[in-house]
Amino acid sequence: MTAADQGTGPGDGSGARREAITRGDVVAWMRAFAAAVARDRDHLTELDAAIGDADHGINMERGMQAVLGRLDALDALAGGGVGELLKTVGMTLVSSVGGAAGPLYGTLLLQMGSAAGQASELTLADWASALAAGVSGAQARGKAELADKTMIDALVPAAEALQAGAASGLSLAEALRQSAAAAQRGMEATVPLVARKGRASYLGERSAGHQDPGATSSWLLLHAAATALPAGLAP
Amino acid sequence: MKKLINRPQDVVQDALAGVAAAHGDRLKVHTAPDYIVRADAPLRGKVAIVSGGGSGHEPLHGGFVGRGMLDAACPGQIFTSPTPDQVLAATRAVDGGAGVLLIVKNYTGDVMNFEMAADLARDEGIVVESVVIDDDVALQDGRHTAGRRGVGATVLAEKICGAAAERRRPLAEVAELCRKVNAGARSMGVALTSCTVPMVGKPTLELGPDEIEFGVGIHGEPGRERRPAASAHDIVAALATAIVDDLPFGRGDRVLAFVNGLGGTPLLELYVVYNELHTLLASRGIVIARNLVGSYMTALDMAGCSITLLRLDDELAALWDAPVVTTGLRWGA
Repeated sequence: MTAADQGTGPGDGSGARREAITRGDVVAWMRAFAAAVARDRDHLTELDAAIGDADHGINMERGMQAVLGRLDALDALAGGGVGELLKTVGMTLVSSVGGAAGPLYGTLLLQMGSAAGQASELTLADWASALAAGVSGAQARGKAELADKTMIDALVPAAEALQAGAASGLSLAEALRQSAAAAQRGMEATVPLVARKGRASYLGERSAGHQDPGATSSWLLLHAAATALPAGLAP
Repeated sequence: MKKLINRPQDVVQDALAGVAAAHGDRLKVHTAPDYIVRADAPLRGKVAIVSGGGSGHEPLHGGFVGRGMLDAACPGQIFTSPTPDQVLAATRAVDGGAGVLLIVKNYTGDVMNFEMAADLARDEGIVVESVVIDDDVALQDGRHTAGRRGVGATVLAEKICGAAAERRRPLAEVAELCRKVNAGARSMGVALTSCTVPMVGKPTLELGPDEIEFGVGIHGEPGRERRPAASAHDIVAALATAIVDDLPFGRGDRVLAFVNGLGGTPLLELYVVYNELHTLLASRGIVIARNLVGSYMTALDMAGCSITLLRLDDELAALWDAPVVTTGLRWGA
């Protein structure tokens, strides 16, 4: 709520405008992520077939369809905190995705929601803290370290880049863009890794040479944030 | 893809409706969230046993719900673990005041979803114990992986723990028995063909016409190595040697030998496998005291088998022999 005028990126020249994330922005983010998951469903499933059990795209699509249904039903744009909305999304994912992705993405969103608290809008710094809390929640749930070839490899650099962006005074749009770029690099860096967590770890050395499907859906999540969250900020 | 299905996304729901239609006298099938319970649950004073996992492994787990085995099973989507709300609802439905044992196969998703469910159940005051089954020897080094997978020992643990619970043994003892079964059991499987997940529509594994996947998982996940196809004699020798050497099983051991079909292999071939296994174990001085031959833990339409050996003592043998009345296993009653 103290975010007004902190932005310095292009488009800020028109004067005062609040660089804050509202419930409407979160809804737009989830719709963008759902669309990306639906579009890339087969790609995610093919990546999973190579080193896992060929259901990641299917599970994520089912989960995000459930989220869309929930958002439609609860009039997400009505009053209430950002945190409550993030928790609703998290619980919906936990109860609809299954597999490892359900608890992991569910915990990510639930912990983001807890960190966001009752606020009706979040500054970039608040948002970066919430994402960091969500990522550490997912990491604790999955007990994964960096370079285990999991979604953590995309999420951790993305959360760090967002916090760095917030600390160095980047605009919301630019910080989110850098966060998504970090997620993409993290995702691409999973290709040569040997998996140490999840079903891919059963392959041992044979898991090298394949991009991790979880890191890929995590990049989609962060990429959706970079596209959808700043859109609501247009003056 | 040719399958006896309607819409691929409806397979699990359609099958659950079939289970309800076929066995409504003994089982209650609850949907949204999905779980199958004994019609007479909850049983006051009896430890309840709940298991579950992805669908596609039938009769595991729903086929093992009934007297002397499971109180409830939670079917997930195909090859996808059930969600915490399913497990929580099933746990509530069967808790008879003596506590609930969750039997969980060691897969990343299953472990996480059951952990979340156990936390939620404990918050509600239900006494819950959880045991993770990890008997697959295909993975040689467990330190840098998600650990060994839970396979055939799951069926044996559900049967033996179910019998103990039926005898009104307390939760701590039933859980300890489950850990004992897991500690004394080892398994390994081989795939001759891949399975095909309905929503995917094409085979999960790319196996050539003369290739087999040695150490395959029950979801078509690749195993220890790809090998050229071989005789039943050679395949059983390789599987059994890996299993026997791992525990290790030794001369004089009495075992339960479980030859399990993966869904696409005829019983005729499973008996060929059993014969090879019987001969090989006899030559090593290992006595098969009990056996189970059939398709009890499948991987959809995958052709192939797994072998599980469980070291038996008098207690485990007696619990194995105890009556069981389920759609998948039935004797003594």
